[in-house]
Amino acid sequence: MQVNSEWKPTIVAFCCNWCSYAGADLSGTNRLSYPANVRIIRIPCSCRLNPMFILRAFQRGADGVILCGCHPGDCRYTTGNYYARRRMTLLFSMLDYLGIERARTRVEWVSAAEGAKFAATMNDFVQTVTALGENRRLEDLRCKA
Amino acid sequence: MQRIGVFVCWCGTNIAATVDVQAVSDALAKEPGVVLSANYQYMCSQTGQDLIETAIREHALTGVVICSCSPRMHEQTFRKTVARAGLNPYLLEIANIREQCSWIHKDRAQATEKAIILGRAAIAKVQLNTPLQAGQSPVTKRALVIGGGIAGIQTALDIAEAGFAVDIVEKQPTIGGKMTQLDKTFPTLDCAACILTPKMVDCAQNEKIRIFSYSEVEAVSGFVGSFRVTIRKKARYVREDVCTGCGLCTEKCPQKKVPNAFNLGLDTRRAIYIPFAQAVPKVAVIDADYCSMLKNGKCGVCAKVCAAGAIDYTQKDELVECEYGAIVAATGYNPIDLSGYDEFAYSRSPDVVSSLEFERLMNAAGPTGGTLLRPSDKTHPKTIVFVQCVGSRCSAEGKGKTYCSKICCMYTAKHAMLCREKYPDTDVYVFYIDVRTPGKNFDEFYRRAVEEYGVHYIKGMVGKVSPEGGKLKVQASDLLDGRQLHIDADMVVLAAAIEPDKSARPLATMLTASMDTNDFFTEAHPKLRPVESPTAGVFLSGCCQGPKDIPETVAQASAAASKVIGLLSKDSIVCNPCVAQPDELMCNGCSSCEKVCPYGAITYLDKEFRGPNRTTLLRRVAQVNPAVCQGCGACTVACPSGAMDLKGFSNRQIMAEVDAICR
Repeated sequence: MQVNSEWKPTIVAFCCNWCSYAGADLSGTNRLSYPANVRIIRIPCSCRLNPMFILRAFQRGADGVILCGCHPGDCRYTTGNYYARRRMTLLFSMLDYLGIERARTRVEWVSAAEGAKFAATMNDFVQTVTALGENRRLEDLRCKA
Repeated sequence: MQRIGVFVCWCGTNIAATVDVQAVSDALAKEPGVVLSANYQYMCSQTGQDLIETAIREHALTGVVICSCSPRMHEQTFRKTVARAGLNPYLLEIANIREQCSWIHKDRAQATEKAIILGRAAIAKVQLNTPLQAGQSPVTKRALVIGGGIAGIQTALDIAEAGFAVDIVEKQPTIGGKMTQLDKTFPTLDCAACILTPKMVDCAQNEKIRIFSYSEVEAVSGFVGSFRVTIRKKARYVREDVCTGCGLCTEKCPQKKVPNAFNLGLDTRRAIYIPFAQAVPKVAVIDADYCSMLKNGKCGVCAKVCAAGAIDYTQKDELVECEYGAIVAATGYNPIDLSGYDEFAYSRSPDVVSSLEFERLMNAAGPTGGTLLRPSDKTHPKTIVFVQCVGSRCSAEGKGKTYCSKICCMYTAKHAMLCREKYPDTDVYVFYIDVRTPGKNFDEFYRRAVEEYGVHYIKGMVGKVSPEGGKLKVQASDLLDGRQLHIDADMVVLAAAIEPDKSARPLATMLTASMDTNDFFTEAHPKLRPVESPTAGVFLSGCCQGPKDIPETVAQASAAASKVIGLLSKDSIVCNPCVAQPDELMCNGCSSCEKVCPYGAITYLDKEFRGPNRTTLLRRVAQVNPAVCQGCGACTVACPSGAMDLKGFSNRQIMAEVDAICR
């Protein structure tokens, strides 16, 4: 499927501090591998993810962005992941409209105990994005440097 | 100009085996603002920490990046190290190159490249870190327990035992709750009143405990350490400080036809009453709905017979304001309303009773004096059918509850056993879906009911109960034998599901505590923080958190008390400094942030700003209470003008990380 076997997508993964970041740590502790082009940014809660951050990532050349948070009902801050889910639904639909395929964005619930799920999710996501190929970069027209 | 120090840890071979640590520290040394880049075998060791400390001092570092294990592991350790060197502990960032790099990648080149990128992101972030000060907030050394059932009583007693003042607010005229209505308790069959009433008396006599009976919480403001609560003391029309509880008024009152709520309407009481003999406080109360003096000014018998002169028909509700450091919700449960279950003929036959009504019919202090009689014709029932799971474990679409009410299997076994013990000539049938008896000595108890007491346990549900000629025709299926059963019963007892008290939902709103879809309070963590609400300073005790039996309730009540004691024993609380902060110049007071805040940490203030032509403008701007904010960041995204930001995870910091990662 891949056009260029050398090319590797850049994946930004936003992980909430309490569940998914711990889940990512657990997949490390269990030595469950996933591709090295997944880079994690720690945020306190999935609801901290400002849509701007995702737009910025696509401006700077990210090929896929994934948000991981606590399972619905398990949010440390009670309702944060519900906010995140709603916001992302809207944002992803808008990105789709702008020409960033739906498969390049994803929300996944990973608990602190789901190291295996974290690794599997990342493997799957990288595969999906790799199949889509390089992303068109969004352009920031405000400050062309 | 920033002066950043980078420290790459080998973690023995955990990192160094797959990541070229030297290459990482060399690459990161070239990043802007980095003045020092070192690597060492074990950064968390004493020598490693000394290395960092010395470097901060010698190179006058303004920020520190440590490439090591997960921040969940050693962030606190390194914050202390940084603080020891005189730098603000929040000027530290950790790049996780072990759990999220060396342990998952096998290719050395790839792992090294990723470690460099993660390091860069941390450097980019630390450039924008600002010194943060953890605030302190004072603690009022008094606790409030809402609900005076066994949960609230146990919590209050434990808190008072530790030397702290505690108030109980109970909406009924007496404390004691549901347990006062019970007859015997499983699995020991000791009488509920015998073990509960001494605790009620202890509460009344303990000088650290204040009881607000016949009172309700009206409003709650404030936050952990300093809650401000308004309590409504409902008018009793009897002066609590004067009434001696002699009970003469309750005998002389001419209004005799008032349904007795304590006996669930199975008998009547007077308009002035004391709920039961062991009530605490033992003070009469006038039921304003039935008292003719209060309704039309004619009567006054109670005032005439009261030797103490305690009756006061002009009494009004009184509002009391108090400050508390911690609040415990112990609002308890109620059996569900069975009027929707007409297949069991609950509203058509008085001989179909709920389990709690059956409890009163068996109770020596109940309407029949402890003799089991049919409510319809006061005869001994010879055949009794118990139906389990009435309204429990229903499908989500149905009328009942989806959860298991947990206590019904055991109390039904108890009821069945007591019936057979008192009246060996009765036939007792129990229809069940499953018998669930986890708990110390519980299964032994249930087996005794079956094996020693000869209770007929039948797996299957009752389909229909129809009253016919003084009997109750019970149609049921026996699932194990696959046949239909028809039983002519004298009494049917329904094990009604239990649900949180109706007062819980409005209370949760006042406390900004969260609830699940069934109106049970949500705990901070379902496994590891079961007695704390996610709202700081609010704790949970008893059935308001989920169905529980008495031993579990008492255990949870004591656990909640120990959490409260832990909080009250501090003079002040250290707050998380990574909290939201509004930019007042950009805030337009739109309330978007307030609506998404799960903690009620955001308030508004009218502030003066400089307007055009030397005028002053009054503008409404958001204020975040740092003691209440937990730092989730929901408000930062909800803010349409970008005025709200989160310290420690600011928009610019996260953007910088994104930039560094995508570079």
